[in-house]
Amino acid sequence: KEAYKCKNTLTGKTLPTVVKHSDSIHCVCRHLLELLRRTAIHGESNSVLIVGPRGAGKTMLLQCVLRDLQKEEKVQKNLLQVHLSGLLQTDDRTALKEITRQLHLENVVGDKVFGSFAENLAFLLEALKKGNRSSSCPVLFVLDEFDLFAHHKNQTLLYNLFDVSQSAQAPIAVVGVTCRLDVLELLEKRVKSRFSHRQIHLLSSLNFTQYLERVWTQLSLPDSFPDKKFAQEWNAGTLCEDKSVEEVLQRHFNSSKDFRSLHMLLMLCLSRVSVAKPTIKPADLLEASRMCFADATANMLHGLSILELCLVIAIKHLNDVYEGEPFNLQMVHNEFKKFLHRKSNSMYNFEQPVVMKAFEHLQQLELIRPVDGSSAKVQREYQLMRLTLDHSQIMDALQKYPQCPTDVKQWAMSAFG
Amino acid sequence: MTALLQHPGYDEERLKGVAEKLPCREVQAEMLLSLMGQPHQYSYPSILIYGHRASGKSHVMHVLMKELELPHATVSCVECVSIALLFEQVLLSFFGCDAPSLLPRSPSLSDFVRVYRQQCSQSPAKQTRYIVMEKAELLRDTDASLLSALLRLQELVGDNVTVILLSEIAWDKFRPNTGCFEPLLLHFPDYSKSELQQILSQNVHSSYSAGFYSAYINILLGVFYSVCRDLRELRHLAALNFSKFCEPLAEGKVKETDTHKLWKHIEPHLKKAMQTVYLREVSSLQWEQMQQMEEEEAGALRGLSAHTHVELPYYSKFLLIAAYLASYNPARTDKRFFLKHHGKIRKTNFLKKNEKTSNHLLGPKPFPLDRLLAIFYSVVDSRVAPTASIFSQISSLVTLQLLAQVSHDDQLDAPKYKCAVSLDFICAISRTVNFDIVKYLYDFL
Repeated sequence: KEAYKCKNTLTGKTLPTVVKHSDSIHCVCRHLLELLRRTAIHGESNSVLIVGPRGAGKTMLLQCVLRDLQKEEKVQKNLLQVHLSGLLQTDDRTALKEITRQLHLENVVGDKVFGSFAENLAFLLEALKKGNRSSSCPVLFVLDEFDLFAHHKNQTLLYNLFDVSQSAQAPIAVVGVTCRLDVLELLEKRVKSRFSHRQIHLLSSLNFTQYLERVWTQLSLPDSFPDKKFAQEWNAGTLCEDKSVEEVLQRHFNSSKDFRSLHMLLMLCLSRVSVAKPTIKPADLLEASRMCFADATANMLHGLSILELCLVIAIKHLNDVYEGEPFNLQMVHNEFKKFLHRKSNSMYNFEQPVVMKAFEHLQQLELIRPVDGSSAKVQREYQLMRLTLDHSQIMDALQKYPQCPTDVKQWAMSAFG
Repeated sequence: MTALLQHPGYDEERLKGVAEKLPCREVQAEMLLSLMGQPHQYSYPSILIYGHRASGKSHVMHVLMKELELPHATVSCVECVSIALLFEQVLLSFFGCDAPSLLPRSPSLSDFVRVYRQQCSQSPAKQTRYIVMEKAELLRDTDASLLSALLRLQELVGDNVTVILLSEIAWDKFRPNTGCFEPLLLHFPDYSKSELQQILSQNVHSSYSAGFYSAYINILLGVFYSVCRDLRELRHLAALNFSKFCEPLAEGKVKETDTHKLWKHIEPHLKKAMQTVYLREVSSLQWEQMQQMEEEEAGALRGLSAHTHVELPYYSKFLLIAAYLASYNPARTDKRFFLKHHGKIRKTNFLKKNEKTSNHLLGPKPFPLDRLLAIFYSVVDSRVAPTASIFSQISSLVTLQLLAQVSHDDQLDAPKYKCAVSLDFICAISRTVNFDIVKYLYDFL
């Protein structure tokens, strides 16, 4: 039972605690915090972009900063937040409605009709002015998937937000979060000129030892865990130095350093913990790693029937001889029949419609794909296709195929089909 | 085997029930249970389960959801022609029938998230909610942001919800251009031959012994396993052919243990089934009726593609033959085949043909109407006048889809056609008019 409580703690562990561990992120955190404080307290307008590949910790960083920001009382009273996402707000009108909703100004806007986006936005910000009419409340705009906003028509939302941040209208802070490193190229000239060109790049600069440390910190139970004895045993067990474990982690580190893929690996590893087996063994990590690196196409090839496998091999031979030119069912069947003539066993001598059904199954699995062209006027047997598999994938799949007949294997490996 | 499924979050009895309904899928069910964790914990935001058709993906999910009574919404992406249907289904399953009416007409993803958040603040999730989406590969054809948003739905709505996608296609073909939140990938491996045997043998009829039925399944797998491993198809075939298998037993000719005789009796029948019912040329009802009839009457079972269905007038047959010759013979060889005195043909590169360019592999070529008529007049033995009835027969051949019109509808003076029939079909037709077509085909020189 303790095992499950432990798993609970580990998987539900708040991620921001990890941020503090790394120094480089720490100073970035402080920098952003300072920037947003200036907007919230001193009424200075700012704009910044957080750029980094997927899973680098951008949203995590932002949430950490926002949490620290809210600790100050002055900020808590004044700052308004609007969170927009490029995935949800797919055009500027929806974005504007969402802004109105999040600022709780639906009643104020009512049924008014505005001439342009700029007027609408100005009206909203005007409405936020405090009682003494001196200045408006500071607003923080967080734009997730910022690059998707750049695809809207005329980029009106971005233009207006940055415009407001440059003019003295109202103190706003615009924080964009994006995974595209070339996001500035997407912005129009007039939008780019209004942007402050402040970017925070989250490119992970961990080395392997730091990566390993991160793994151990994630896997060890915190002191606050109720069963102290179990926690001690657990921590002692996972911190074992095993060569194979290090190799596996090195492999993961070499393929991607980001936190999210590490998190997935550890989740898979932890899922093998059960009441019967309340510790993590190196075998668990190896198995989890194997699952992460499994080739999906190879798995699917494993489940093909023998007829379909023979068709794939026939296609491979056609590709070898004709150097990747598109093929159709007739050609593949012809190639297959040549193999059958040579082997003189009538076991696989199927009729054309049965072969056609197998061919269509391959198409449904998207192992072969029709060449772009007019498919309407061409009979199905003559429609040209391409193979989406690699030579090596086919050979690997053959090795792992259960009870593959030897003559089929030999046919696959022969050079001349 | 039932001892494998253990989890403190769920009732022991229920887990036993689950294990009984999921033969050969215990490992996968175990994996899913441990990923789902305790009901009140958050699970991984999105999971993609991929595997071949009929490998038990939907079945396992349904059994888990029903037996353990987890709050879930099952959506089949085939039914969701518009995304509004998807949103309504999810809101209906989680929040009751009033929730979908809060969505505006033609709702967008933004509206859905807003309504979900509203409903969620009124009734927060005590357990993890699951959204199971079948045939998830169809999500790629919708709006690009829908798939990315669904994969991170937990983050967007701030609720304890997990999206489980079921698909036949590997994740590599799903991934959007700029990346997205990677789901956890789970593979459901295909059933091995022994597992198929085990699962199919469970459908035994009460009046026969288990051993007898598994012998039958063994024979069935022997015929069909190399062609098809789909559990659904095999189950259908097993159900259809079992009565025929039991025939000699009912007639008293053989005993239950006489497997060799039973095999000899059923094997030709199964081979016939492969060409007809398996291909859906014949409906299951027709197949069952045929089995009732005597051997002699059964004879030729007419499939959908059978050529005996089509009865054409005399000249139409010749038009079709001429069209086939025009499509599959290169134009320069017409002189050789169709002129009475063509003189000597030098054996140059003319007669050499590359196997790849055999027209029967590449497909029919388009030909103009004039060429069709020229060949037609030389092929037909009697003198035919070019009347309107001949031309109208060409149009009716197009309507029957035996010929396909290639040129644009605007071009009235020089229409182009292509022949759309197979070699077997045209051989059968030419036999009915006593015409040896193979002699006239360039590929068979």
